[in-house]
Amino acid sequence: MTETTATQRKPVKASEIDPKFKYELTRMHGGEKLLRCFQCETYTSDCPVARFSDTYRPRTLIHMAKLGLRERVLHSETLWLCASCFTCTDRCPQGIEVASVIRVLRNLAAEKGIVPQVFKEQAASIIESGYAYKIPSLRIRKRETTGLPPLPKGNPENIHRTLQGVKFFESIGKREEKHEQQEH
Amino acid sequence: MSSRNIKYLIFLGCAIPHRVSSYEISARKVLQKLGLELVEMPEFNCCGLPLDPVSHETMLILAARNLAFAEQTGLNIITLCPRCAGTLKKVNKVLKADKALREQINGYLKDSGLEFKGTVETKHILQVLTEDVDLEKIREAVLTPLTMLKVAEHVGCPRLRPKEYIGFDDPEDPQTLKRLIEATDATCLDYANETECCGAPSVGVSDEVALQLARDKLNNVKLVEAQALITICPLCHIMFDTNELRIERMFQETCGIPVLHYAQLLGLAMGMTPEELAFNELRVDASKILQVIGVN
Repeated sequence: MTETTATQRKPVKASEIDPKFKYELTRMHGGEKLLRCFQCETYTSDCPVARFSDTYRPRTLIHMAKLGLRERVLHSETLWLCASCFTCTDRCPQGIEVASVIRVLRNLAAEKGIVPQVFKEQAASIIESGYAYKIPSLRIRKRETTGLPPLPKGNPENIHRTLQGVKFFESIGKREEKHEQQEH
Repeated sequence: MSSRNIKYLIFLGCAIPHRVSSYEISARKVLQKLGLELVEMPEFNCCGLPLDPVSHETMLILAARNLAFAEQTGLNIITLCPRCAGTLKKVNKVLKADKALREQINGYLKDSGLEFKGTVETKHILQVLTEDVDLEKIREAVLTPLTMLKVAEHVGCPRLRPKEYIGFDDPEDPQTLKRLIEATDATCLDYANETECCGAPSVGVSDEVALQLARDKLNNVKLVEAQALITICPLCHIMFDTNELRIERMFQETCGIPVLHYAQLLGLAMGMTPEELAFNELRVDASKILQVIGVN
């Protein structure tokens, strides 16, 4: 059994529960219909990632969110495994945007400074060049020889200014908050 | 409908100029030959989708910024990447419907003299080929029918889901790409789990899970004896073409399925050469299928 699954299966203590957490989620864009969930299993059984991962179970994540296990779900490593294919969203019998609820949870985790490296790199690249990846200069020069027009320019200075005040960019510099619950 | 006067603003996204120029080269040639006029974006930033998992607000701002630039040109957007198309479509719809959110996002753009108004539409190349060019016209443009070729298609999730925002084709049983493939006279085979994810969005978080998803699809494609897999997304293409060798090494099995962009397949049928369509940039050797259709 992996560590994450062990954390997920730990008994729930009353002190861990934040009873208002689910309402916080329903007030966020994409999380509105969360309370309609009756834990029917469609999201897990139809999830392509769950077929190949021993730990990623969207049903467990949504259940933790509804129970109010704020810290446990936001610190869950499996939260980042969703491929955002939206199969669960299209098939949910209750019309919940399940993949968007997962995204809402990830956004909240990111505000706590929990951001996988890959996203930090893409964010830095967008701020520096407008593009999510650093495009090698060889590629840029090669465009001409293959008959492609020059790449449209990004405007880093303006992008930087535009994104000022966005919570995420204030939090990426922040150190990841430790999840004390795991130490007990 | 004649496509002679169809003019679009082309939104390249990041993945294509970064790693998949074969897609851009072939798509531009095919679109030009079909009579579409492409105008470059005046200024560019990422569509925003890569940062949606960490900040929905950032995604909305980045997408709205691009839409606002497009609105200034008065042209609708065509994308080659379905992730960009899906994002720009979704944000356009969401911001048009939600006044408070629109005002919030426009607040970030105001200092730069930009404003999102919701006046342009975004379409992925597949939608443009189907709705603006028309299947009949594509059939007429075919000079070398690919009659002997049997292929499979991978449409990819962002081209289909979530249905509410994409609103084009049936995500459970998509037909658009199949019809476009058949327009070249090639056969398009059905296979198991056709609409499932290629795994690309999980790369960097769990490469193992991502590669297992791609491997599963490649195995299903192999099972029906398809001679090639046809994609319409740069990231799906990276998963199946660039990563095919990696998958073979990781799982100790041979695959050998050439992976073509739909624009390359159509280009061949329209009489263009493999060189013109940047076949040299493909990782998996595609010479077998060129032999099948008699092009060398």
